[in-house]
Amino acid sequence: MNLTLKVWRQEGPNASGHFATYQASDVKDEMSFLEMLDVVNENLIEEGQEPITFDSDCREGICGTCSLMINGQAHGPQKGTTTCQLHMRKFHDGQTVTIEPFRAAAFPIVRDLMIDRSAFDAIIRAGGYITADTGAPRDANEIPVPKPAADTAMDAAACIGCGACVAACPNSAGQLFTSAKLAHLNLLPQGQSERWKRTEDMVETMEMFFGSCTNYGECQEACPKEIPIDFIALMNRDYLKAKFKNRKLLGQQV
Amino acid sequence: MSTATISLDSKAPSGDIKDRWDNHRFDMKLVNPSNKRKFTVLVVGTGLAGAAAAATLAQLGYQVKCFTFHDSPRRAHSIAAQGGINGAKNYKNDGDSIYRLFYDTVKGGDFRARESNVYRLAQVSVDIIDQCVAQGVPFAREYGGLLDNRSFGGAQVSRTFYARGQTGQQLLLGAYQALMQQVALGRVEMHTKTELLDVVTKDGVCAGIVTRDLASGEVKSWSGHATLLCTGGYGNAFYLSTNAMNCNTTAIWRAHKKGALFANPCYTQIHPTCIPVSDEFQSKLTLMSESLRNDGRIWVPKNFDESRPADQIPEEDRDYYLERRYPAFGNLAPRDIASRAAKVVVDEGRGVGPLKNGVYLDFSESIGRLGADVVFERYGNLFDMYERITDEDPAKMPMRIYPASHYTMGGLWVDYNLMTTVPGLYALGEANFSDHGANRLGASALMQGLADGYFVAPYTVGDYLAGMLGQKPVSTDDPVFVEAEQGVRNEMHRWISIGGTKSPDYYHRELGKLVWDYCGMARDENGLEKALSEIPALREEFEKNVRVLGSPDGVNQSLEKVGRVADFFDLGELMCRDALTREESCGGHFRVEHQTEDGEAQRDDENFSFVSAWEWKEPGTPQELHKEPLVFEFVKPAQRSYK
Repeated sequence: MNLTLKVWRQEGPNASGHFATYQASDVKDEMSFLEMLDVVNENLIEEGQEPITFDSDCREGICGTCSLMINGQAHGPQKGTTTCQLHMRKFHDGQTVTIEPFRAAAFPIVRDLMIDRSAFDAIIRAGGYITADTGAPRDANEIPVPKPAADTAMDAAACIGCGACVAACPNSAGQLFTSAKLAHLNLLPQGQSERWKRTEDMVETMEMFFGSCTNYGECQEACPKEIPIDFIALMNRDYLKAKFKNRKLLGQQV
Repeated sequence: MSTATISLDSKAPSGDIKDRWDNHRFDMKLVNPSNKRKFTVLVVGTGLAGAAAAATLAQLGYQVKCFTFHDSPRRAHSIAAQGGINGAKNYKNDGDSIYRLFYDTVKGGDFRARESNVYRLAQVSVDIIDQCVAQGVPFAREYGGLLDNRSFGGAQVSRTFYARGQTGQQLLLGAYQALMQQVALGRVEMHTKTELLDVVTKDGVCAGIVTRDLASGEVKSWSGHATLLCTGGYGNAFYLSTNAMNCNTTAIWRAHKKGALFANPCYTQIHPTCIPVSDEFQSKLTLMSESLRNDGRIWVPKNFDESRPADQIPEEDRDYYLERRYPAFGNLAPRDIASRAAKVVVDEGRGVGPLKNGVYLDFSESIGRLGADVVFERYGNLFDMYERITDEDPAKMPMRIYPASHYTMGGLWVDYNLMTTVPGLYALGEANFSDHGANRLGASALMQGLADGYFVAPYTVGDYLAGMLGQKPVSTDDPVFVEAEQGVRNEMHRWISIGGTKSPDYYHRELGKLVWDYCGMARDENGLEKALSEIPALREEFEKNVRVLGSPDGVNQSLEKVGRVADFFDLGELMCRDALTREESCGGHFRVEHQTEDGEAQRDDENFSFVSAWEWKEPGTPQELHKEPLVFEFVKPAQRSYK
């Protein structure tokens, strides 16, 4: 198939950007979207034009490096799929495809389609961990975790930190990302000691970078790992509780 | 460095294998808690080994500077590991023990690993599970709330801990979170988008590194008392592999050029269950977890000109070749064996799929026996992934799979302390050669990365630092750094000034074809000789005709790539030379000339029971081979039999 690509080009963080039009010809169904861009780039290099800068690494949907707004949708049209796992059979001959970076004030553009998502690292730094210095902890099976809790924690922990939730949100809110990490850690018995402080610190760091959540729900639609907004409700509940919880009583069974 | 100064002293302790690590830990020197902050340690790479080491060293009180070329430490390729991590907990009461994991690993590695290292690995595997659970890694649980285990990759016991099909992701996030906590506490200085481009030595001792900031293009020196390379394997030498696009050999290769010996480069692991190549544009191969072999049956048609779809081929026309050749292990035969068996049937012309380049992995029998629900609960995410890529539903049509490059057992030579032949320079995780011999068992890569990072290097690095008290690191104004920086800048300008016609990717692809054809799943003398003449010829063309546009200031992905490809050229040549020198078959290294009558790998313990460690010479001069003899006091070498 042949496609017309409208691609966002921007030389640097402070340069003004523009759309450039390229033809992608002889695109095969079995190519991934990024392989299609690889071929476009090889042709650009042969023509003496600088290739399009875009992020990608594992190309199997787990590292969270790839991004892209494809025809206005974060990671393109296929549900539950990262751009690297999107295949060209989802497009048709003659189609015009618009490719932009994830756009959010918290994700400044580095060059072309490459963005800076270090705001996510700042949220994790604020409390996205369970303190357990390397040493001799107790035997793993001394901490039983009820299966439903373990499974739900894992549902949340599946987040790959790609930023699609932010890109899809009209407010550029970071709630889905933050709540997924909070749910992972707050649902586990190991995560209880730091639960309230973690919740406050992460939420307040998030608010330094990202917009507010007004329950559009676009984030869960765009999420390549299909993480549900239920976790946002859990986060809001914990944040409220964190504000009046007497932390000296944390050792008590509630 | 002259040959005389190289000693391959493994520093492995003697005595009862069970006490070696404990005794060694006691013998090592300690650094007073208030002195630890006087030492700077550079950690390059933030995968399991790097993130674990950086976090742990910082917790101990050392000043850590940590580097990754990714935009966040969480993106390192450890994240893509699917199946699980081994731990000799014997929770299942099925006869597992530290000694059994040790034994299985030595045997699985085809008796080409150091016993002392392997035993230590098995020993700390138990601590790793405890540590990860304490961090909140959401391992799979049983209904009672205790940890679940499964049998994996041909093990006869259930010792593999897992988090759905995303074990690597969860373990890496655990280590990453521990690392970020140390960053928040100011004990780790984190440098993302920063790529190592040279290792700097002064008087033969590692002084630090030179990096390039991938966003601004700035070239900069960093000095430290010790430097840890945790930069992963070199599977992308094949171009097509299951490694991530940016995995490369540059850090360890540049260390090699500065005097670190490179061990066993020809030991590469070809994973049996990947999706076959579909076209020439393919950029990487996708692994389908080995756990699928627990319930899937592998077969090809008996007839060479079979044209019926899989579901219409009757039982009597199918060849379940693994079950036929290895009745005891069947579809769960170890990776090297399963891979070679697939190559045999595809080479015979019995491959399946449009390009006849795969074999079937069939779930119809298990769906019939267990029901579709059970099979889907176990493998649903893998079925979805397969369908996204191939547009075929594995519940209706068997999967098509074929082996692909996946892991490299070779790497920088290290002693028992994980130190390379350059004092002060360490290699951890897949970047070193130490624990897997000639073949790695499933679910052991995560174990080794975390063992090195959490439980080995933090002790051994301290022992080295204790002797340096009062010494300042070499200043980054020292001529050794200034020259290295200039070298890096000159190199970048040289690539850009070539102004050829083809992209770095083009040459990487061509190189990969040579390495795969001649140094892939089966190697022979003629092919290797051919590769050793063709690789330098292609290298010469690459040096004259590669095209890198743009400038070294700011983001330039072609410039990042071209240096990595240049290093793959050097390494590809060394892989072939190593494979040519090793006149035996062992593990992932299969020399066609050395096989038994029924086509199994034939080791030559009398002449090849050693580690090959190669010393870099001037460009154009072949490296020099050094040998570390392997001694087996506890596990007696025998032919691996899985029949």
